[in-house]
Order: sequence, then C-alpha cells, then structure tokens
Amino acid sequence: MSTAFEAEGLVKRFGATTALDGVDLHAERGSVLGVLGPNGAGKTTAIRVLATLLRADAGRAVVDGLDVGADPAAVRRRIGLTGQYATVDEELTGTENLVLFGRLLDLPAAEARTRAARLLDRFGLADAGGRRASTYSGGMRRRLDLAASLVGSPSVLFLDEPTTGLDPGRREELWRTIRSLADDGTTVLLTTQYLEEADALADEITVIDDGRVIAHDTPAGLKQQVGGQRVVVRPRDPADVATAADVVARATGGPAVAPRGGVITAAVDGERAFADVVRALEQADVAVTELALRLPSLDEVFFALTDGDRTTPTEES
Amino acid sequence: MSVSTTTAATAPARPRTPAGGAARRWRLARHSLALAGRALTKTRRNPGELMDAVILPVVFLVLFVYLFGGAVAGSTQEYLQYLFPGILVLTTVLTGQIATGLSIVQDMKKGVFDRLRSLPVPRPALLLGSVLADAVRYVIALVVLFAVGYALGFRVETDLASTLAACGLAIVLGFSLSWLTVLVAVLLRNEIMVSTVGFLLPFPLVFGTGMAAPVDTMPGWLQTWAEVNPVSRAIEASQGLLLGGPVAGPAVATLLWSGVFLAVFGTAAVLAYRRVV
Repeated sequence: MSTAFEAEGLVKRFGATTALDGVDLHAERGSVLGVLGPNGAGKTTAIRVLATLLRADAGRAVVDGLDVGADPAAVRRRIGLTGQYATVDEELTGTENLVLFGRLLDLPAAEARTRAARLLDRFGLADAGGRRASTYSGGMRRRLDLAASLVGSPSVLFLDEPTTGLDPGRREELWRTIRSLADDGTTVLLTTQYLEEADALADEITVIDDGRVIAHDTPAGLKQQVGGQRVVVRPRDPADVATAADVVARATGGPAVAPRGGVITAAVDGERAFADVVRALEQADVAVTELALRLPSLDEVFFALTDGDRTTPTEES
Repeated sequence: MSVSTTTAATAPARPRTPAGGAARRWRLARHSLALAGRALTKTRRNPGELMDAVILPVVFLVLFVYLFGGAVAGSTQEYLQYLFPGILVLTTVLTGQIATGLSIVQDMKKGVFDRLRSLPVPRPALLLGSVLADAVRYVIALVVLFAVGYALGFRVETDLASTLAACGLAIVLGFSLSWLTVLVAVLLRNEIMVSTVGFLLPFPLVFGTGMAAPVDTMPGWLQTWAEVNPVSRAIEASQGLLLGGPVAGPAVATLLWSGVFLAVFGTAAVLAYRRVV
C-alpha cells in the first residue's frame, strides 16, 4: 500500500471566515475516500487546495508524491477534477470539449481525438459526441464532465459532489462508473452530503464539519459509531402509534422508541431484528402503511458525532 | 506514513515535459492557439455578441450621416468623410468591451475556468488565447465597417499603409480599454453589469470627442472634456491617417494613453483575479 494523496493541517481563511481549520486527509492508492459534510463544511475548499486551484494558508498537501504548493504544474498532470456543477463548455460539442482538454494536456492531435472517442464511447455518449453540450440532459452532462476529467488518465480523481441534482437512476449509474474507475487503480476523493453515497462508494470516510475533521473511519466503523440501521414504522391508524411503539421497543430490545408525526423509529442491529419487528407487529395486529430498514440520516450522524459521545479524538474546541 | 516513497516507482511516465526556452514558447503558442480556437468556435456558434459590436457602429454611421449630415456638414457625403474615422474608433472600442470581459465572467461562473486551471496550461496562455481570438473579432468588425462605408460612398484619401495604421491604432486603443471590462468582470462576476459597463462606457469616451461634430460648437464644459479625453487624440489620429492631416502628435498620445490604460486596468484586473480565486 502506498499513499496517493495526503493533506496535513490544511488551513484556509477567506477574510474573517475560516473555511479549513486544520484538515487532515489521506488515501491509499486505488482507494476511494469519501469526504462527508454539510454545505459550507469546507469540502469544496479542501478539494480546491488539493487540485491546485487554491493555496492553503497553512499546512501542506502532497498528491502522487508531489507537493501541491511547490510544484502545482506537475500535480496538474496527475489529477482530474470534476466540480460541483458541470464544468464543460456548453457551446462546444462533447467531442470538441474532450479534444480541447486533450490538446491542453499536450496530447498529439490524433491521440486527443482517439482518446475523446474512446471516452465518449465508454460513457455512452458516442452518439451525442457531435452535439453541443447545451443540448445534453443533466445526466449526460455529468458523464461528459467525468469523461473530461479522465482525458489525462489521472492517477488521482477529485469529484466534488458528483451526483448532486441527479435522479436516483442516474446516481446509481454514476456510482457504478466511479467504482469501476477505482477498480482500475484510480484513487478517488469524493465529497458528498449523502451518507448513502459515501457508504456505497468509499473505502474510508472523513467527516468534516465547520472546517474540522470530526471523524475518520471505514463506513462500517462510522455506522457503528452512530448506531447502525434504523427500523421505521408508520401505523395505518394514528391511534395505534403508542401500541406500535411498545411492540417495536420490545422486539428490538433497544433503547426508547421515539414516536413523532405518526412515525416510529428504532435502532436495530442485524437482519434478524427487522424480521422480529415484522412478526411482533403482525402478532399485535397493528396494520402499517410504511415499514422500512434504513441507514441513519446524515443529520443523525452529525447529531451523534457532535453531540453524542465523541469516540474519535478531535482537536479541542 | 511516508509520502516520499511513492514518487518514481509507481507514478505514470510524465507526458512530454517542456525542456528549453524554445520548447516552452512553442508550448505556450500551442495552448494559446487551442484556447483561441475555442473562443472563436463559441463566437461562431453564438454570434450575437460580436454582431452587437459590428452592427451598432454601422447603425450610428447610417443614422448620423443621413439624419444630421446635411445639417452639420452641408452634405451627407462630406459628413460621411468627416464621421467615418471616428466610427472606426467606436467600432474597436465596442468590440473590445464586449468580447473578453463577458467570456471571462461566463467561464468563471460555469466552472470552466476551474477546469482549465486544473490542467497543466501555462497561465499566460489563458489570457493570450483570449487576446488572439479578440484580434480576429477586431478584424471582422473592421472589414464589415469598411465594406459598409465604401458602399455608402466613403473613400480613404491617403494610402493603404495609412489605412492599416489607422486600424492598428484603433485596435490598440480598443484592446487597452477592454481591460476595464475585464476588471469589472473579475470584480463583479455578473454578465449584466459587464454588458452595461461595456455598452455605456463608449458614450462619454467616444461621443465626447470631435467624432460627430466640431468641438468648438459644443458648450464649454463639453469642450473641456473633449480636450482632455484620450479618445479625442485617437480620433484625430484616425482622421489624419484616413483623410490626411497631422498624425504624429495624436498617434503618439494615443499609444501613450493606451499604455497607461493597459498598465492600470490590466494590472488591477490581474491582481483582482489573483485575489478572488
């Protein structure tokens, strides 16, 4: 195992705001690092520093063995960047966009065209290559954007909220693409607001809030920290809420169940517990309109990480 | 957790790295041309902005000549000869205002600028590419203007070399003033504001001169402005070069002023740009 990129103690201030307040990031070659955090946590700033677009006020960052501050030009040959908003030129065609980026990466003209065609094909855009990007759908634009960041065959890929605004089907599709890139040995840094997304893609997750790292763990480890899966039950008759809450509490054997807005939520561990809940509800003859097993939401993660028992050491605050 | 162990062994072979000065200059030229090509493709696909800069001066030319020509100069033909050199300067100022600043704002807003900056592109190429594309736009605008002017009956009274010099001088002024729009674009990042500045700026600068009427017919305060207005010098030089008359003084003044605009607005734009990104 070797390090693909590493940041130590990154600090970045914009006037009176401190966007990054000593952020450490680290990823092994060929792995996917998920950087999770709410809006304004500093995710985008961190990516912009690693991608040489911003200079950090303090700390240091190394990408592919090269210091970002000392040798940005060399770093730019090793990285691919896909921003939060599709950053292709809408007035150029898909092919023109990719060929331009190839030329700017010093590929010979023929090679740039070949690579553009191959990437368009790989991302299912071969038929749309001759059309202006402004005519593309949101999903197609994202794929073109991702293809554009791969023109230089980067060893490290920065994806800043790549699935924001995509519908669920498109999101799954992009996830598959990102996973296949990691399988091919590309190191990926992915920022996201969705725990589900980090869970689906990341080998390790760094949680950032307010410019600081508040947790770093594998997805499994992080979920354990915040209490694993939840069962969600909505009785058909709101009058049954109290009964159902009792039933669920007994079935999960867990802590208090919190009924709110006619919905009961309870922490469970393992698939058996879910089956137990279903059986107990049936026996108690409580009709339900909604019964689901889901991951804790990001809100719950943050609640657990910031206000609950802090199991990860962070800096004093 | 050592970082330095990873360099040589696993890193992919570096693409061709620029070696000497010649290779670096060649690389800069190639990247600038690629980016200029991009800018011109955009103009071709979306010709509206350039059309504004081409059509507006022609509209003023036709309007002024046929509406006021008789009153100001006694005949439309004589007035056309008088007005055309000033319209030449108006054309390059408008072209410069409209092209560069707007495309910079759009690229910044859409994130294309970030993408370009994350590529190993020499920084001057981003600017040079845009300037090269502008040069092509200036030429297009001037060719159209001369075609219309000749169709209406305007005739150059000097020679080809002087005509080219007049065009060159007007382009230098338009280019140097375009940096004011770039500065506004970098500071405000708002297309509408940039368009407004680009549209309004030419009025005091180009119309507050002897372009459309002799300065001594104007009220005193306007005479004072026209006297100190640098664009007056450019229009005098343009008149001298196209119709005959004194050239050296106004031409040198135009070049000096252009140098000042470029230094002040250009430096401020680059500094502001470094601060915001």
